[in-house]
This record gives sequence, C-alpha cells and structure tokens, in this order.
Amino acid sequence: MNILYFLVGCSVLMALIFLAAFFWAYKTGQNDDVHTPGIRMLFDDEVVAEKSEEDHFSS
Amino acid sequence: MEDQNKIATRAFCYHCGEDLPKVKYQAEDKDFCCAGCMAVFKILSENNLCNYYVYNNNPGRQFKNESHLEYLDEPKIIDQLLDYKHESSSIITFYIPAIHCSSCIWLLEHLYKINPAIFSSRIDFFKKQVTISFNHDEISLRQLVQTLNQIGYEPLISLHDIIKEHSGSVDKALVLKIAVAGFLMGNVMLFSFPEYFGLSGFEKQFQSLFGWLNLTFSIPAAFYCGRDYFTSAITSLKHRHINLDTPLALIIAVLFLRTAFEVVFGTGPGFADTLTGLVFLLLMGKWLKQRTYHHISFDRDYRSYFPIAVTTLLNGKEKPVSINEIKIGDRLWIRNGELVPADAILMKGDAWMDMSFVTGESAPVHKVLGEIIYAGGRQTSEAIELEVIKPVSQSYLTGLWNNDNYKNNSEKQNFNDSVARYFSLGVFLVAFAATGYWLLQNDSHKAWSAFTAVIIVACPCVLALSTPFTLSAILSVFDKKGFYVKNTDAVEELAKCDTLIFDKTGTLTSNENAEIIFSGMITDEEKIIVASLLRNSIHPLSRHIIKALNVDRFYSLSDYKEVIGKGLTAKINGQSIYAGHLSMLPIQVASAAESGVHIVIDHVYKGCFDIRQQWRPGLEQMIPKLSRFNLQVLSGDTDKDRWMLDTIFTKNTTIRFRQSPHQKLNAVLQLQQQGNKVMMLGDGLNDAGALKQSNFGVAITDNINSFSPGCDAILKGSALNFLPDFIQLSKDGLKIIKASFAIAIAYNCIGIYFAVQGTLYPLVAAVLMPISTVTIISFTTLATRWFAHKNKLI
Repeated sequence: MNILYFLVGCSVLMALIFLAAFFWAYKTGQNDDVHTPGIRMLFDDEVVAEKSEEDHFSS
Repeated sequence: MEDQNKIATRAFCYHCGEDLPKVKYQAEDKDFCCAGCMAVFKILSENNLCNYYVYNNNPGRQFKNESHLEYLDEPKIIDQLLDYKHESSSIITFYIPAIHCSSCIWLLEHLYKINPAIFSSRIDFFKKQVTISFNHDEISLRQLVQTLNQIGYEPLISLHDIIKEHSGSVDKALVLKIAVAGFLMGNVMLFSFPEYFGLSGFEKQFQSLFGWLNLTFSIPAAFYCGRDYFTSAITSLKHRHINLDTPLALIIAVLFLRTAFEVVFGTGPGFADTLTGLVFLLLMGKWLKQRTYHHISFDRDYRSYFPIAVTTLLNGKEKPVSINEIKIGDRLWIRNGELVPADAILMKGDAWMDMSFVTGESAPVHKVLGEIIYAGGRQTSEAIELEVIKPVSQSYLTGLWNNDNYKNNSEKQNFNDSVARYFSLGVFLVAFAATGYWLLQNDSHKAWSAFTAVIIVACPCVLALSTPFTLSAILSVFDKKGFYVKNTDAVEELAKCDTLIFDKTGTLTSNENAEIIFSGMITDEEKIIVASLLRNSIHPLSRHIIKALNVDRFYSLSDYKEVIGKGLTAKINGQSIYAGHLSMLPIQVASAAESGVHIVIDHVYKGCFDIRQQWRPGLEQMIPKLSRFNLQVLSGDTDKDRWMLDTIFTKNTTIRFRQSPHQKLNAVLQLQQQGNKVMMLGDGLNDAGALKQSNFGVAITDNINSFSPGCDAILKGSALNFLPDFIQLSKDGLKIIKASFAIAIAYNCIGIYFAVQGTLYPLVAAVLMPISTVTIISFTTLATRWFAHKNKLI
C-alpha cells in the first residue's frame, strides 16, 4: 500500500499542472472573447482558385 | 412562387434592408435605398468582398454624414489613441457600434483586402471592438478611419477612449481565485473521503498524511482565496461597522485554526473540507454579483459625448486640438453638426444651436454675436467662431458631473449588511453561552470544540449566496425584456424606490417613430416638386419627409442651393421653390409656427412639415398601475403637450416644464432630502445630473448601443410599459431573499443543536453545508421564476 504515497503525489502534481495550464490560458487572454471564434470558424475559405479554373475550361 | 420571392426581396435595399423609395438606386441589378448604400456596395464589389452579403441578408447600415477627421493627423492625439507602436507597425482598438452580425465580423476581418497596409484585424463581437494592426508608414490613422467610414463602420472615437479604463467586467484575480479554490476543494474532498467512510486499522498510517495534505491545502484557501474577506472585515471593523464579510472572515479563521490544531496535535481530521467548500461557494457568489454586461457601458459621462478634438483658430489658421488642452481665450471653429465642447462666446457667424443635449428642446435656438453658448450645443448652420470662456471640465453642462451633492455610497446599506450585524451578535451569544456552560462543567476540551463548532455551523454562507443568486436570476429576467440593470445591488435600490420622475422628450415620447405632419395645402404635383428638392439634401429631416411623401418620380432641378442648417432652394420647371426655416423664405409669413420645414413655391406659402413625436405605446395602461408611487414629470420642453400629459397622468402628479438640467437635479435632491427614494427616468445629457443623483437612474433608449448617460439601468423604449412589473419583481426578489434567510436559520438550528453539545463531527458540517446551499440555490431560482411568471415577465 506504500505505493499510495507515490500515487497521491502524482495526483496532486497532475492537478497542479492543470491549474497552471488554466492560469496560463487565462492570463494570455484565451478566455477574453469566447463568442467571436465560434462565428469565425464558420466562414468559408475564399474561393480564389475557382475563377482560374473557369478560365482554364473556357480557353 | 419564385416571382413572389423576387418581389419580396426586391422591396428592400440590398445593403441595409430599408424599404426602397419609389425611385431607387441601382448597381449590378441590385437595388439600393440611397447613394451611400450603393457606394459601400461598389467598394466591396471592387475588392471582391461580396461574401459580406452571403452570410446575412442586408447586413449593412444606412450611411451617416461625413465627419471631420483632421484631428487624426495630430501626432499627440494619435499617440493617445494607439495601443502599441513599433517601427512601422501600429496597433489600435476601435469601438464600432455598427457591429451586429457575422457579416460584420467577416468584413472587418478582411480589411487587408481593401488596403494591403492593414496587416490584420480582429473583432471582439460582444464588446463591439476591432483591433487593427497596420503599417503606419503606408496608411495614416486618418486614412484608416476613412476606410472604415467608407464601408459603413464608423468607429466612435471619444474622449472616453483616450482615458482608457481597461477594467474588465469581472475582476480577473477573482476568476483565478475561484480556479484555485475549486482545485483545493476537489483535492481536499478526495483526501477526506477515507475519513467519511471510516478507516480500517491498516489504513490508519495514511491518516496523518491526508491530514497534513488537507492542512497544506487549507493555507492557500484561507489566505489567498479568502484574503479579501479578511481585509474587508478589518476595514469595516475600523469604521466600527459590521458587514457580511465580518462573520465570514471569522468563520474562515476559526475553521483554519481548528483544522491546524487538530492536525498538528493529531486529535482529529479537522474541517479542511468545509473550509475549502465554503471559500469556493463564497467566491462563486461573488463572481455572480460582479458579472455585468460586456456591451453596455453604464458609466458614461460627458466625455463620451464630446469629440476628442476640436478645431481651433491660431493666427487665422485651423489647427485641431485635443479637448483637454483647450484654454480660456482659445478661438474655436465649429462647423455644421459639430458640438461646442466648452462654454464660449459667439464671435463670428450665424449660430443656430440645437441645444437638445442641454435642454431637451430640439428646435434650434438663434444666438447673436456676443451671446454665451453653453457646452453641449450643436451648431446646425454655417461654421462659427467662438471664444472659450471656461475650460471643458468646468462648463455649465460638464459641471453636472463634478457636483459635490452626489450621494455618497456609504449610506447605501443593503439587506445583507444590516442582517449581518444581528446575525453576528446572535452567533456570539450562543457560542459564549455554550462555552460558558462547558467551562462550568470543567470540560475545557468540550468548551473549545463547542465554541468553534457553533461558529462554524452558524455560517452565514447562505446569506452570502442567496442574494447574488436571486438578484442575478432577476437580472436575467429583466435582460430578456430589454431592461439592463447595472448590477445586483442596483436591483435592491430599485425595490426601495417610492418616487418616480419622468422626463418627457425621448422618455415618454419616442424619437424613432416621429410622425411627419403637414399643415397646409399641397397637391400631388407639388409633392413631387418638394420631394425632388429635398432629395438632394442629406439632412435627416429631408429624408423623413421624402419617406412620408412617397412619390414615384422626381423632376430635375437647377440653381440648387443649400444653406446648411436653414434650408434648400432650387428652380424646378421654371418655378422657384424654397424649403426650410422661416428666415430662409423669400416672403414674410406671420401666422406660421417657428419650427418645422416651411414650403414656398413660386412665392406662395404652401404650409409646413413638422415632426410630431409620438407617445410611447402602452403609456395609458402603464401609468394607472404606478398609482402607488409618487409620480412627477419634469420636461425641458415647452408646455405645448400639457393637455396630453394631463390626460395620461392623474391630477396629483407634479408636471413641470422648461426645466434646466440643474433644476432637474435639484428636484431630485429635494425629494431625497424629504426622505424619498427617487427613481429617475430620462434619456439625454440634460437628464444626466438627475440620473446620477437619483437612487435609481434609468436611461431610456431606442437602441441600446447608442449613447446613454451614466445610470443604474438602461431600458429599451419598447419595454417601458413593463416598468410596473419590473418594480414588482424586484420587490418580490427581496421577499425571496428574506424567505431564504428563514430557511437558512432552520438549518442553522439543527447544526447548532449538535454544536453546543460539543459533538459536531466534521462529516455533519461537511454534509450540512452543501445541503443547505443546494436548497437555497434551488429555492431562490424556482421562486424567482415563479414570481417572474406571476408578473407576466416570462
């Protein structure tokens, strides 16, 4: 059962890593705007290639 | 079917969605309501940005007048506006009120397509802000703003931006504290479980390990997460005053000390689980209380209204100067549509001032040379020259904000703080009684444990939670109906109000649904002539009238002349036609009213277009519901609408006209000195002083993104008729808080029963606290919903 000492240490360490990750995320402003990125990802990429393709076919 | 759709879509402007006038603008087989909308479309299509119209139908907004941007060339002003500047790149953040949909995000994040000197732009949708980084060698700040203006996204650059107060809605440190408290609570719970389930002899070796771990976790819980409670308690004790934080700090201290003693001396498991749980819940309640609206600013003052720079004349040369730097004796050059930023004397030019900011009366006032023009007046005629007689911050209007009379916040005592005093007293009485009893029994160990247990169990945690939970639930109910209250404390103030003061213009009447009425005689043929003339003007009044006339064709005209702020004249089919102010007309008209747009065709007076403001709908039904309150109407306007007010309001309502901003402020003060709690409803800068002084100031607006003066709440004009229900719900909210307090006392009695006997086992405390918390939170939420339903708000 002495393995528990090690496991408890591990679990606390893991939790601390996650806490530190949250601190980092929060301080770098990743939670400042949680709405806009959701809209942004729905925009389609610009279809620039299409035109040149059309030209290709027509010529 | 397809044809029908076509007709339906054809009836609106492709850009802004406004109804199309009979004569429309066309480009690439799309219809537009005005030249402005068409110009935006052309720019976008030239730059391959027509995706803008793909994500939403008619995403644009109608075009506003041009504004003067010369001040953006001043290096001093640029430096104040920029967030960051390095070598060739600069970063700036603008507030753009027009941002409202995903198309806006798409377009503004593709600015680099319009001008390659713009590196990137990023939008924060809720805050309506865009952060742009650009190459300032290739594009000046002024050009950047011009680019934004051209596509219909005019940034709002005001004095308020310069004095950047980057205070987030929620304290950043609080969120981090909640994260830490959550982490601590989770871990401590984990280490306490073996204790709850009972330890077998074999596992006893871990007991001290878990104990010490719990104690270690308690230290940051008490001294990092709970630090604010200690500082708040100490300051309030210094002022010989007990607030809710005082007993909370005491409990945190006692919990920590007892845990430390029990762990160090190995006498028990301690109360680390209760301590961390308590701190976590308390911080959650605090967070709920601090949450507020991102997109609404409640603390606006004159700085938001005023531009950041004004043109001064120095040795006859125009030079833009930041408003803060204006000194007495400076010569100002105020163009049509610009605001006078400081009290000044008219030196040159013809001044027709729109003083609606100051007085609420929108008809322009004529000022003669040498007359004083107060700050806040807007010039509606040609450019004028003024000499400043008072600095901006001490002018007549801005002085309203620097008035010393304003309520001091310390007298605002909420229900919680007043209860906390008696609560703490009661807890101490019980705690000392129990200690005394056990000391008499010569059981010092039990005396100590009874004393600490009573304090732990009698935690006013519920009190600290029920208020934010109830009030924030009420806030979200209000929010859905278009009533945005600043914070939870303001809801308590709302419930206490007994006197309501209304402003008239813009509050009881609506500026948006203004109705154009024509007094006089006009034929259909003449209507077309008038519309053809007005079509050339960008004045909002002209647009309103054209819309009202709704003609299907226009004549071409010659000799067109516009005297800014006064009127228009031109020749159509050989007839000379005038439209505008009385002084503009070629003939003397004695009988007509002064305001309005007067029409003269071929030297014959035809009549006058006037804007009649419409009373907000539902007013007649709403006012009787407010009969329990003391009502007053203070209007800055003339008494021409008195008869209408008399029919809506009852006889004992005080109705006063021609009230200056200072008179309004004094009226509120006087009522407060008589012991009344005053709620003020107003809309403009002229009400700003009264709004700030009142116990609960409500700014009424038709568009929540447009500017409103500093206030406690912003109410959408269309939701005004819900006002009695809003007040009732806030009163019910206080009832809910009191009821939840009774429930909390019931729980406390159970806990105290164990505690005084000195037999409180940590498990009981650890179970009792979450149960009572869950009960209270669900009670307040359900009760709020029930009351909201009863008041027909959901």
